[in-house]
Amino acid sequence: MIKSLSTDATLANAGLSAEEQDLFSNARPTAYEPYSIKAVEDFANWCRANSLWILAFGTGCGAIELRPLMTARFDANRFGVAGRPTPRQSSVFIIGGYSSVKTLKRIVRSYEQMQGPKFVIALGICPVNGGMYWDSYNTIKRLDQYIPVDLYITGCMPRPEVLVAGALELKKMIKEGRCDGANRYVENFDWYKANQKKVIKKWDMPDYNW
Amino acid sequence: MDIDWFQKIGNFGLTLLIVTVYGLFMGAFIERIIAKVQGRIGIPYTQPIINILQTLTKRTAISHGIMFYLGPVFRIAGGVGTLAFVPVIFGSETFSNFSGAGDLMLVIYFMFFGQLGMALGAGESGHPYAAIGIARGLSQMTAYEVPFALSVIAIVLQYDTLSITEIVAAQQGGWQHWTLFTNPIAVAAAMLAFLGMTGYSPFDIFLAPQEIPIGPPTEFHSAYLSLLQTNRALFGATKLVLFMNLFFGGATGWVELAIKTWAIYMVAIAVGVAFPRFRIDQSIRFFFKIPTLIGIASIVYVQMALVR
Repeated sequence: MIKSLSTDATLANAGLSAEEQDLFSNARPTAYEPYSIKAVEDFANWCRANSLWILAFGTGCGAIELRPLMTARFDANRFGVAGRPTPRQSSVFIIGGYSSVKTLKRIVRSYEQMQGPKFVIALGICPVNGGMYWDSYNTIKRLDQYIPVDLYITGCMPRPEVLVAGALELKKMIKEGRCDGANRYVENFDWYKANQKKVIKKWDMPDYNW
Repeated sequence: MDIDWFQKIGNFGLTLLIVTVYGLFMGAFIERIIAKVQGRIGIPYTQPIINILQTLTKRTAISHGIMFYLGPVFRIAGGVGTLAFVPVIFGSETFSNFSGAGDLMLVIYFMFFGQLGMALGAGESGHPYAAIGIARGLSQMTAYEVPFALSVIAIVLQYDTLSITEIVAAQQGGWQHWTLFTNPIAVAAAMLAFLGMTGYSPFDIFLAPQEIPIGPPTEFHSAYLSLLQTNRALFGATKLVLFMNLFFGGATGWVELAIKTWAIYMVAIAVGVAFPRFRIDQSIRFFFKIPTLIGIASIVYVQMALVR
């Protein structure tokens, strides 16, 4: 069990019951500096950009556009894009369209389990402003308020070609060192948590899912 | 005769590097062949190396305990240990590693060792899918080790030695001296076991990314995963070299090694792209039936026809 020693660096984990408190970590996430030598960091970014592992978690209707990426017609493998079945190993999280509050809870859990640096692509118009669900009672409107988003691909629905173009754009951004969502999430952790807890009423998980 | 151990260890380091890099590039090459079968272009040749560097340069990593750390270490120790006792190039002082009398037994032990270490590490990760993957992987390993062990016993009887170098030496002097032609029954049993060993379809149920997210390594990430990826290339190439030594006459140069190991690997790929996945009970029943019988037949054949 990893417990943070410093008291002001611990999370309350108020959503957990007394016996569950000991089962989960209460440490706050920490931000990570890039490598001190710029050439090393550039090389690491080049590697990260050329090996994009997508978390195979279809969160909305847009997930149907992810499947053809691996087929003969689009073949995203040739750009170093590959699917990965577990959040621990993936580096890119594609939010496929609208996100209901119920799914948002899973999105947050999965996002926090991914190891940094991690990148988020929001697919479709729904994560931008709600799209056709803008007045729905159980979908969120702006994904950016809940987890940091690096790249938006708008449309309803965007075709797989656009997804490939988005992956290439993300590669360019990573190589330039502009994708620092994991650190942004840590630095504004309280703000993101407050937003998440505002919509997720039944918060029965630890505040930070390692 | 004085043995210069520093020289030997240095030579082994060189062999390790060459075999690992060769395994990584061959992995990409094989992936591209599979992609061609599916009508795709496939990954770039450098993709496996970039993948390792990508996981290595992750900024965060979490641990589940001491065995979780040691799992990938045991796994790669199994890969390195296997290679350490397999002579890679026949007749070469530099690339014969620590091969000596009885190394065949040691190599078969080391092939088990990595899997068991990984089982402990994945067990401590606490993920239920990892436990399912381990249970399936170990049961399948138990099943395919039976025909493989029978076939190894057959060729040990045939050549009357436990040294891999001597087995290779006995196969020199033309293709008609290869075990493939002197004892085809043993080779048939071993190649069927090889299908299970490589973990390609139809025997890929223990990884099964579509149903149990990737099985044993579900929780492994960052540097742990880069160790596992390196070992996958190294161990895969080492097994090919071992099979080449035991059954296909060994190699006297790197080009011969590349052609022979590629051809052996293509057997698994050709079967893999053509057949769908077995369930674990089907796969175990398969190995305990035909390949085991062929293995027993090979020992009988050796005793009746070859041993005088």
